Amino acid sequence: MSSSEILTSQGYIQHHLTNLTLGVHPEHGFGFAHSSADAAAMGFWAVNVDTVFFSVLLGGLFLWFFKGVAEKVTAGIPAGAQNFAEWIVDFVEDNVRGSFNAKNAMVAPLALTIFAWVFLMNLMDLLPVDLLPYLFGQFIAVFGADPHHVFLRVVPTTDPNATFGMALTVFFLVLFYSVKMKGVGGFLGELTLQPFGKFGLPANLLLEGISLLSKPLSLALRLFGNMYAGEMIFILIALLYGGSMTLNITGGLLQFVWAVFHILIITLQAFIFMVLTIVYLDMAHQEHH
Amino acid sequence: MNINLTLLIQMISFAVFVWFCMQFVWPPIVTALAERKAKIAEGLAAAERGHQERARGEQHAQALLTEAKATAAEIVTQAQKRATEIVEEAKDDARAEGGRLVAAAQAEIERETNRAREELRERVAALAIAAAEKILHKEIDVATHRSLVDTFAKQL
Repeated sequence: MSSSEILTSQGYIQHHLTNLTLGVHPEHGFGFAHSSADAAAMGFWAVNVDTVFFSVLLGGLFLWFFKGVAEKVTAGIPAGAQNFAEWIVDFVEDNVRGSFNAKNAMVAPLALTIFAWVFLMNLMDLLPVDLLPYLFGQFIAVFGADPHHVFLRVVPTTDPNATFGMALTVFFLVLFYSVKMKGVGGFLGELTLQPFGKFGLPANLLLEGISLLSKPLSLALRLFGNMYAGEMIFILIALLYGGSMTLNITGGLLQFVWAVFHILIITLQAFIFMVLTIVYLDMAHQEHH
Repeated sequence: MNINLTLLIQMISFAVFVWFCMQFVWPPIVTALAERKAKIAEGLAAAERGHQERARGEQHAQALLTEAKATAAEIVTQAQKRATEIVEEAKDDARAEGGRLVAAAQAEIERETNRAREELRERVAALAIAAAEKILHKEIDVATHRSLVDTFAKQL
């Protein structure tokens, strides 16, 4: 693609679905990928700078806000930010208390972090699809780069790296606590000795193995799939712009309607990720019957 | 859309966020919430205690009031009784005093009557003697007939 190339629908979509990837290209050497093919060629040792930047920024925002509240927290009459933070903390605590029966000081903060972080990352989806990428492209163009080859995906949860990153961390915690609470033998026994008893060992291992592995997989793919699809619809609606006035207005209306509906998905996905994490960790803590 | 190093970075950031949240964010807020809950419970309990205390106080006051009323009534009854007694006593005293005065007056009258009678008797005796002297001039010797005249005078 060159800068003079006419923007096609396919190119537009492609552009929006490519991360700003920094890595070592086998041919071009170290630098930002100029296309999705470049990014793929960089292999594992590359970083999606946009995903990392926005997710760390939003995580930092979350912690900064809550740390600010925690420092001035009072048992007396709460005000302003504390009310808001307490509302969320109460909500998370209720969920943890309802689903998690063992004692573990880490689960509730973990749940809060997941909920707030995923929510904020998803919330980026409500920014107009072209706003930040366009501004970023213009900004980079100042340094002489071609804006058409500058990618920026502002919603970290549409990058499987982000969702799998969290899901795998949760998965490792599940493994860790399973082994910690039940011992290696208990955990392996759970994996192999049920539901068919010791003579059905291969079948048990297959079933339990799938059920174990499906936890992080479903956790990551659910969030990724929902956000990716939502983003995709925003992009598709955005394709309507630039035609006639009627199309512009229709596109605007559709964006608005989809954004309103998307608020539900944003919150729901953050909530589901949190609740499932709590439930998985609860299962890890419980002795099986 | 490739799985790459970002995955590890995301895992590490996530772990750091969770650690930070667990270390510095969650405990103070939850502690404050628990503290407030305890405070509210305490406040409610105190209010309940206050209610009970007030009810007990009111009961106590009512009892005191009833007792005071009874005492007052008793005092009034006693005072009335005492007043009647005093009046009766005074009447008795007055009656006794009156009796005594009457008796004294009668005694006085008696004494005065007796004295007057005595005086009268003497005067009559003297008059009789004087009259007899005049009638019996020289015939009667005062010294010799004195006892005779006295006897006569006494018979008056």
